Amino acid sequence: MALNRREFLKSAAAASAASAVGIAVPSSLEAAAQDAQKDWRWDKAACRFCGTGCGIMLATKNGRIVAVKGDPAAPVNRGLNCIKGYFNAKIMYGADRLKTPLLRMNDKGEFDKNGKFRPVSWKRAFDEMEKHAKKALKESGPEGVAVFASGQYTIMEGYAAQKMMKGGFRSNAIDPNARHCMASAVVGFYQTFGMDEPSGCYDDIEITDTIVTWGSNMAEMHPILWSRVTDRKLSDPDRVKVVNLQTYTHRTCDLGDFNIIFRPQTDLAIWNYIAREIVYRDKKGGGTEDIIDWDFVNKHMVFATGPVNIGYGMRRKGEKSLTPVRPDGSAGKYSAKEMETINKEMSKKVSELEAPALKPYGYKEGDTMKHNPGTLKHWEISFEEYKKSLEPYTLDYVAKLAKGDPNESLESFKKKLQDLANLYIEKDRKVVSFWTMGMNQHTRGTWDNTLSYNVHFLLNKQAKPGNGAFSLTGQPSACGTAREVGTFCHRLPADMMVKNPKHRAHVEKVWKIPAGTLNPVGNQHIMKIHRDIEDGVVKFAWVNVCNPYQDSASARHWIKAARKMDNFIVTSDGYPGISAMVSDLVLPSAMIYEKWGAYGNAERRTQHWRQQVLPVGDAMSDTWQWVEFSKRFTVKDLWGEYTLRNGKKLPNVIEDAKKMGYSEDTTMYEILFANDRAKKYKIDLNKFPQKGFDNTECLGDSRNVVGSDGKVFKGYGFMIHEYLWEEYAGFGRGHGHDLAPFEVYHKVRGLKWPVVDGKETQWRYNVKYDPYAAKANPGGDFAFYGPLAKALPKGDLRGVKDKKKTPIPNKAKIFARPYMDPPEMPDKEYDTWLCTGRVLEHWHSGTMTMRVPELYRAVPEALCYMHPDDAKKRGVKRGELVWVESRRGKVKARVETRGRNRPPQGLVFVPWFDEKVLINKVTLDATCPMSKQTDFKKCAVKIYKA
Amino acid sequence: MGHSGNRRKFLATTVQSVGLTALGGLLWSGYTDAVKASPPVLRPPGALKEEDFLKACVKCGLCAEACRNRESNIDQETGKPRKSTLKMAKGGDHRLIGTPYFIARDVPCYMCEDIPCTAACPSGALDLARLSEKKGEPDINEARMGLAVVHKESCIAFWGLQCDACYRACPLLDEAITLEYQKNDRTGKHAFLLPVVHSDVCTGCGLCEKACVTEKAAIFVLPREYATGKAGDHYVKGWDEQDQRRVGNRKIEEIETRDVRSSQAPAEYLNKEIEF
Repeated sequence: MALNRREFLKSAAAASAASAVGIAVPSSLEAAAQDAQKDWRWDKAACRFCGTGCGIMLATKNGRIVAVKGDPAAPVNRGLNCIKGYFNAKIMYGADRLKTPLLRMNDKGEFDKNGKFRPVSWKRAFDEMEKHAKKALKESGPEGVAVFASGQYTIMEGYAAQKMMKGGFRSNAIDPNARHCMASAVVGFYQTFGMDEPSGCYDDIEITDTIVTWGSNMAEMHPILWSRVTDRKLSDPDRVKVVNLQTYTHRTCDLGDFNIIFRPQTDLAIWNYIAREIVYRDKKGGGTEDIIDWDFVNKHMVFATGPVNIGYGMRRKGEKSLTPVRPDGSAGKYSAKEMETINKEMSKKVSELEAPALKPYGYKEGDTMKHNPGTLKHWEISFEEYKKSLEPYTLDYVAKLAKGDPNESLESFKKKLQDLANLYIEKDRKVVSFWTMGMNQHTRGTWDNTLSYNVHFLLNKQAKPGNGAFSLTGQPSACGTAREVGTFCHRLPADMMVKNPKHRAHVEKVWKIPAGTLNPVGNQHIMKIHRDIEDGVVKFAWVNVCNPYQDSASARHWIKAARKMDNFIVTSDGYPGISAMVSDLVLPSAMIYEKWGAYGNAERRTQHWRQQVLPVGDAMSDTWQWVEFSKRFTVKDLWGEYTLRNGKKLPNVIEDAKKMGYSEDTTMYEILFANDRAKKYKIDLNKFPQKGFDNTECLGDSRNVVGSDGKVFKGYGFMIHEYLWEEYAGFGRGHGHDLAPFEVYHKVRGLKWPVVDGKETQWRYNVKYDPYAAKANPGGDFAFYGPLAKALPKGDLRGVKDKKKTPIPNKAKIFARPYMDPPEMPDKEYDTWLCTGRVLEHWHSGTMTMRVPELYRAVPEALCYMHPDDAKKRGVKRGELVWVESRRGKVKARVETRGRNRPPQGLVFVPWFDEKVLINKVTLDATCPMSKQTDFKKCAVKIYKA
Repeated sequence: MGHSGNRRKFLATTVQSVGLTALGGLLWSGYTDAVKASPPVLRPPGALKEEDFLKACVKCGLCAEACRNRESNIDQETGKPRKSTLKMAKGGDHRLIGTPYFIARDVPCYMCEDIPCTAACPSGALDLARLSEKKGEPDINEARMGLAVVHKESCIAFWGLQCDACYRACPLLDEAITLEYQKNDRTGKHAFLLPVVHSDVCTGCGLCEKACVTEKAAIFVLPREYATGKAGDHYVKGWDEQDQRRVGNRKIEEIETRDVRSSQAPAEYLNKEIEF
């Protein structure tokens, strides 16, 4: 019987609906398919996106990437990917890739800040950059030349940028977007362990019994790790517990045995509540149980605290853009409304909410707390003092303070807090605490991080398989580049600091630059760079692999400063975004698989890849751009005397340079990049790993790009990637940061540092697993050998009593740190909390993922997620547009009352990927005053129908 | 302004189709033949059964007009009105001309709380009563425009990838689409998070189909009669007290069964001889 067309359609639809039909491909077709793929070359790489660090394989054909697959050999993801990873093959091929430099010009072809973007040559681009960088140096010294750097730089790019900025320009005004995402975790690590990055690794997931997430939507932000957590839960559903703490319900809550919705900022109080349970129920704390592992604590811990009146990292009185103060309350470039919040930077009244928590530190309700600028200073205290700091965090106080959902009963909330404390405390229960931006983007982010270790340390549940507090990283190389290379204003490679004279001397020696070249003042963190542009100090700024005009809070100020003031902003990017739009010059950058590179993920795993294809158009890598830029500056251009803003002088080192064999006219290119050490790394196209792969920087390529000197670029002639890698890796070898040789990483699926005798390290500080710990404490169990701040004065909760520093070698710290209010909370006029964040479909500011049609279609715009009753109260329906307005600005967004994110009443969530809904015009640039990381998770807004 | 402009345009389309229907029997039957070969079609919320809907719809276009003229339906990228969900079928659309329908992959139904399209229908082809059965007042969640189905072979979540774009796009997330967790034995340490559609909740709005990131959507909405089966009325799940409701309408007169074997009268059968 023949089917008529209609019946056929019916049955076809039914067949696919039933989904049981596997389509067999005839063998002849199969063979044809294999032939078609014969000329595909597969090679390994790392995923472009988050800090999880999944391994992928890329197929190239005719110079284009044609396909991607998860790398089945990669330990992190074993062949799987999330949907962003699924599109790695498509991210480089959006139709609007930048292919040539673009300069704002007038009709005469001159640079004009009010001109339109027109194509220029690379030579012209570098001519303009040189001119404006020299002008900035002349007007403001090294503090006037700045770089917005990135946790998405390859390791070699970050190292090249850092070297030219700090070694060449003597400027520490280079700071990454990782400041916005990881800085609080870093300071937490430094303060607690004396060394950056987690002690544990992802293997903890398969070993632990308990996963607690704090301010982390792992299901959307670390999907592959979340699938590992899910698998762990499935393996033993009764034993394994999952608890999530956050300010609104999101996808991660799906798996939770229970979920705690808390009022923004009160995670500080919840950590202290758990610590209080541990201490006060323990026999030595006055209780009846044996909870604290005293043997561990006595051997490996000290108790410590620091000042609490440290402000909120906002602008301070007297800064140029806050002057003059006017009678109407406005100040300089800031409105009276804005100043209502900014004034809290100088002093504030202690509120009813925070008064009990601040009592042990000598404050009571109504007191005026005068703030000093944030400090890292801390001192040792006794256990008794620490215990005193915990006294206020009774169940009653914390439950009342922290309950975040008005519709939840106090009893229900209290029970959850108790259950959570009991899970941590339960003997023989392994616990991993994961967090991401909720704890880092926090005006007390550093405190919050240290509080997490307190709980784990008291119970001896840290730095052991399946046990530990673990900071998840957002960006693919926030660890590998921003942190390990040290592209922060205050850092040098391998945890060295610019303010430490020994560290500077060591770096100067390795870089073969004169003693005294490096600038000891490193305070231009990313928000300070924005503020320095607004103050007219920074006159030249270069944006690398980031989008600071979309991703920084109080964005209206920075955009206006870039467009309206006398400065020169350059953006290097693959695609045009907001930062390019506000720039004066836009440079086309090679994207990830168009260059050799390496990333380091959240579990200390370093992964390398080779250049898979040639860049599009005339795009060139950021490494190339930095090295070409270095050709434009000589010893006499950069190494004379400068007086810094604080009055400190950078000495003239030109004569010392001459003694080292350089002349006044030696270029930074010759000193920093094309030196004798570099030239030892040979090009050898017959040898692994170079054989068969493009290498644009070293050899030039078939595009014959006309370079910075107006001639076809033919390559540096030495293996610059290997040189940069090996010189950088040299800083960490033998100091607990050991990285393997360049070639090794091209054979393995990444290695977790320290790599000692060819072996990676899973659990640091643990004698059984970490050779450095074994060396520091032979025959012992742990050694917290991180070297920073390992001698402390002594005091109590109110201050230092004995200034003499006592060494605390191999010990970690348990910190007393109180709950404190954030600087801006909902009030009568601005009655709602605003929280920002990401969605799974889009990466950061969407420059790549909004070019993938499938991802654009899936989530074309950022929505304002809101409680249905809040929408009803404002007379708005789902799908309608509202204004989200703060003291700083407003954006229009579409309301969603029943989507993936379900806020409690009184809070809205608006993601920041969408430049159409530029939510950072609304957010507040308050930071953790210690880490300088912005709190994107809370400010006060009003919402009304648009 | 946009409002009246759109209205004019819509009336024009409607007149066009009404004009066509007035042209007489010959042409009209030609169009209905074409419609017989049409793909499965998704109708607005509250639509009667397709057969009845086609009889009742007066092709006035008021539902589509109500749909496209939401004030805030502005595309933030272009500043222009977004494409509306409901289209009125034109010649070449392979749907009965002048009737409203939507293509979920193109513009899904955003499930407006006040259901303006259904409310606008003058003929009862879209019937608010059909959306009011549970709550006694119209509720868009009662719409049954179609049913989302998942094609497992092309759904990358079934490959183990962490996608679930459909699940997160679902306006009835965790009700109409839930995630089923399964261990991934190949990797030994990851889990599958698999989307599962629940036909008793799914409205067929198509937001999942729109969001699906595969080249051709691996989750898609079909009219319910294409996407659903039906178990026999004679059996009730012994483990489910609610299940008896499903068979409650069983008609006594249909209880007698008839097939090739039972069609013969007993005597007729018995009178056949048996070979030996």
